[in-house]
Amino acid sequence: MISALASTVVQHDLRWLLLLICAWGGIGLAGMLRQRSLLVVRVLFPLGSLTCLLVAILAGVFLASGQASQAMVLPLGLPDLPFHLRLDALSAFFLLILGVAGAGISIFSAGYFRVGEGTSPGLMGLQYHLFLASMAVVLLADDAYLFMVAWETMALSSYFLVTSQHRIPEIRRAGFLYLLIAHVGAICILLCFGVLQGGSWLFIFDAMRSATLTPLLASTAFLLALLGFGAKAGLVPMHVWLPEAHPAAPSPVSAMMSGLMLKTAVYGMLRVSFDLLHVRFWQWGVLLLALGLFSALYGAIFAAVQTDMKRLLAYSSIENVGIIFAGIGLSILFETCNLHLFAALALCAALVHSLNHALFKSLLFLTTGSVLHATKQRNLGKLGGLIRRMPWVASMALVGTLAIAGLPPLNGFVSEWLLLQSFLFTPEIPHEFVNMFVPLGAAVLALTAALAAYVMVKFYGVVFLGQPREASLADAHDANLLERLGLVWLALGCILIGVMPQLALRPASAVTRKLLGQSILPTGSIWWIAPIAPKQASYSGLIMLLGIVGVVGITFLLVRLLAHGRTRRVATWDCGYPYQNARMQDTAEGFGQPIRHMFGTFFRMERDLPAPEESSPHYRIRIEDRLWHAIYQPIARAVQWLADVVGVLQGGSLSIYLLYSFLTLIVLLVFVL
Amino acid sequence: MRGITFIRQFGEVILAIAIAPLFAGWIAQCRAWMQSRSAPLVTQPYRMLRKLFSKDAALAETASPLFRITPYVLFGTMVLAAAIIPSLATDLPFARAADAIALIGLFATARVFLSLAAMDIGTGFGSMGARREMMIGFLAEPALLMVLFNASLLYGSTALPSLVDGYRAHPTIIDPSVIFAAVAFVMVLLAENARIPIDNPATHLELTMIHEAMLLEYSARHLALVEWASYLKLFNYACIGFALFVPWGIAIHGSDGGGVLALSIVALLGKLVVAGSALALIETLSAKLRIFRAPEFLAMAFLLAVLGLLVHLLLGVR
Repeated sequence: MISALASTVVQHDLRWLLLLICAWGGIGLAGMLRQRSLLVVRVLFPLGSLTCLLVAILAGVFLASGQASQAMVLPLGLPDLPFHLRLDALSAFFLLILGVAGAGISIFSAGYFRVGEGTSPGLMGLQYHLFLASMAVVLLADDAYLFMVAWETMALSSYFLVTSQHRIPEIRRAGFLYLLIAHVGAICILLCFGVLQGGSWLFIFDAMRSATLTPLLASTAFLLALLGFGAKAGLVPMHVWLPEAHPAAPSPVSAMMSGLMLKTAVYGMLRVSFDLLHVRFWQWGVLLLALGLFSALYGAIFAAVQTDMKRLLAYSSIENVGIIFAGIGLSILFETCNLHLFAALALCAALVHSLNHALFKSLLFLTTGSVLHATKQRNLGKLGGLIRRMPWVASMALVGTLAIAGLPPLNGFVSEWLLLQSFLFTPEIPHEFVNMFVPLGAAVLALTAALAAYVMVKFYGVVFLGQPREASLADAHDANLLERLGLVWLALGCILIGVMPQLALRPASAVTRKLLGQSILPTGSIWWIAPIAPKQASYSGLIMLLGIVGVVGITFLLVRLLAHGRTRRVATWDCGYPYQNARMQDTAEGFGQPIRHMFGTFFRMERDLPAPEESSPHYRIRIEDRLWHAIYQPIARAVQWLADVVGVLQGGSLSIYLLYSFLTLIVLLVFVL
Repeated sequence: MRGITFIRQFGEVILAIAIAPLFAGWIAQCRAWMQSRSAPLVTQPYRMLRKLFSKDAALAETASPLFRITPYVLFGTMVLAAAIIPSLATDLPFARAADAIALIGLFATARVFLSLAAMDIGTGFGSMGARREMMIGFLAEPALLMVLFNASLLYGSTALPSLVDGYRAHPTIIDPSVIFAAVAFVMVLLAENARIPIDNPATHLELTMIHEAMLLEYSARHLALVEWASYLKLFNYACIGFALFVPWGIAIHGSDGGGVLALSIVALLGKLVVAGSALALIETLSAKLRIFRAPEFLAMAFLLAVLGLLVHLLLGVR
């Protein structure tokens, strides 16, 4: 009975998914009925969360069933341009990410949104669910037309979500920057599809797959895709919108954008380069690898000097996206050198890292939301000691912190380990010098991972540990029940994938089989994973977790049995100087100091040091992105200059405009005749 | 047959826990001899542990549960690492749980927990120590990874038992890259274990300390566990070094029997004696570096390891 039901579900997976996407739309519209009522939010968001869960289950079932693909044509859209939908392993994997992480974020949102914080809850619900639905359609689209429509809907709905508190000028500015870069990216993607159709003028993906492109055209398409999807993903130097938009957005929206929307860009990159362009040149891989590693390092370094907790996490997203793109680049490099198994390994690492990042970054953004609600503070310099006031949030944030720092036995380590394993095979690349330089990428990756640990110790230590830096923190309250539920869901995901990496590796292998026709050996048993061969390398999160827990338990018992357990509570040792207060703790700026010292060339720093004789000394430091000044400001100036030049044409008098139309008509006539 | 491997595994862990303090005591003794001081007993670390376990723990009022469980977590990770590293034999049931890269990750877990615990009380020294420790960590990890890359190039594996087996199968190959890697590894070992020239385990000079700054608030049984964990960490690093560069005497796959095992214990003790006195010599001959010279020191380790890699690739051995 159940198996019969399952098989009918599997055969009509795509239809069911479409139904669920429509359900999101319905939930969003339902919120408009009673816009200002919080009750609506408390009911609708859990429903949305349930829908996410169903999407995840459907995607998981599809991946497990091993079907090739399901296609559908919707009689919507423009005449002669119906919408094409297709569900294959790649879209199913990213739908899985969307569903799993989206379920946690939605249930958290149910407890998070309030009346009186910017947009009304009902409208927020509409934008939110539209955002979810458009992301799902991006993943399912099978023609360029539908893809672009969904892509734009995604950008617009997220823009409105970011600017929900639009009365604050900084938020409007952040929203504008985001919208601008999103549209520059969208134009690049549009042009990319224009190149990909290869003269057939058919914008169905099937036609693009079979189009034969000259090397120049193929590379142009690849570069346009890199620009377009890189802008959405936040690759350096198109990353500037991320650290502005994330602090501006409400925390669940930051979680959605960072955890899920960035992944649609990863999806787009994979779809274009592997599926539509059939990876052709190893130089593409090297470019992507270099750009990815640079982004990763850049993001980690900038995260280390931030003093705003959400900006810190935004830079950390840049780092993680960099790691994902490095994995994709490595995979392209291997694939073009006919090292298919290693290509599958690297791609697998990138895919699993996408899933992991969706889980732990959403988790951390949500915890910042709880902290923000409890304390009204984003500034790391005014937080501290929250582990005693908010034990739930603090313990879930600890899981996220350890996971994102890439520490075993949690999930962040699994994907970084897989990627390092695939770097070990780079000396086999048959290109001179490439095989010598690419291994150094592993060192950059290790540096990035260790820097990420530094950043996260700073984040967690300054926010949750130590003594409260402000008196008002004593009133901080823990998250409410729905919020806790969302946090626990995501934290469990982090732990589960950490100890049972097979759960993520099997779906990822289905994708590599589809894209590369090859997959790694996911496992020897449930105990450990050995991606290439057990003699080569193996890892077991489960044994690590059990081992640590076991030894800790035994040690605890032995210490209790053999030594006495007497404990006295005493005042902190003050070195004989009793006037210490919480402001004397190390600050976020202090934690950034070694990084500023070592990586000074990356920053544009302005520092005011107090003179020794000042009675009320102030220390000020301003750290800016060099790339902002090097790239964006010249572009802005050039655009301004161009606008001024063109502005001359705009005389304001009607007769001059009529003259322009007349001249244009003449020119056109000359041109046509 | 499987029973025997589990017993061997268990014995190896117990041996590691038991003799790790002795190794630290031996280094301290050698250092004292070389510096013409009267040496403490080689069993001094045991005495200190016993003293600490019998004292009342004084816990700061602001300490959270994280602070209290960290000593246990540190000890747990180090014991687990000792179970994974093939110090006596390569046929270990736990060895599959982690290759060398995952071992670095395990050490990083311990480091992060210690740093978080140091920040928990909210004193200036604790968080200063935490940030310096994490800084040394991110400087050391790339160098260590390049060392492992070297080993992986030679024997096609990053699993320590496979490396030892591979080395023992071809003991005649001497690759010049190994020398570079070994020097780099020793430099990383010094940095990661808070030894001179990066840190001085014997000092409590406030402005220069790293490791000790993080332990300031620990006392009694908690301090004992943290200290024991750091002895174990040093021991583990030494054993990783033996497995990578001098795997003589380690019982390899398929060679069972009491004689082989006895030989491997003797070999391990001999190597520890030599390594301990060599470490003491290095610590005696060098001075502690300023904290911002540490990046140069570890960058040198990194470059040496990269040089080893390039030498290997250029010579194209195997």
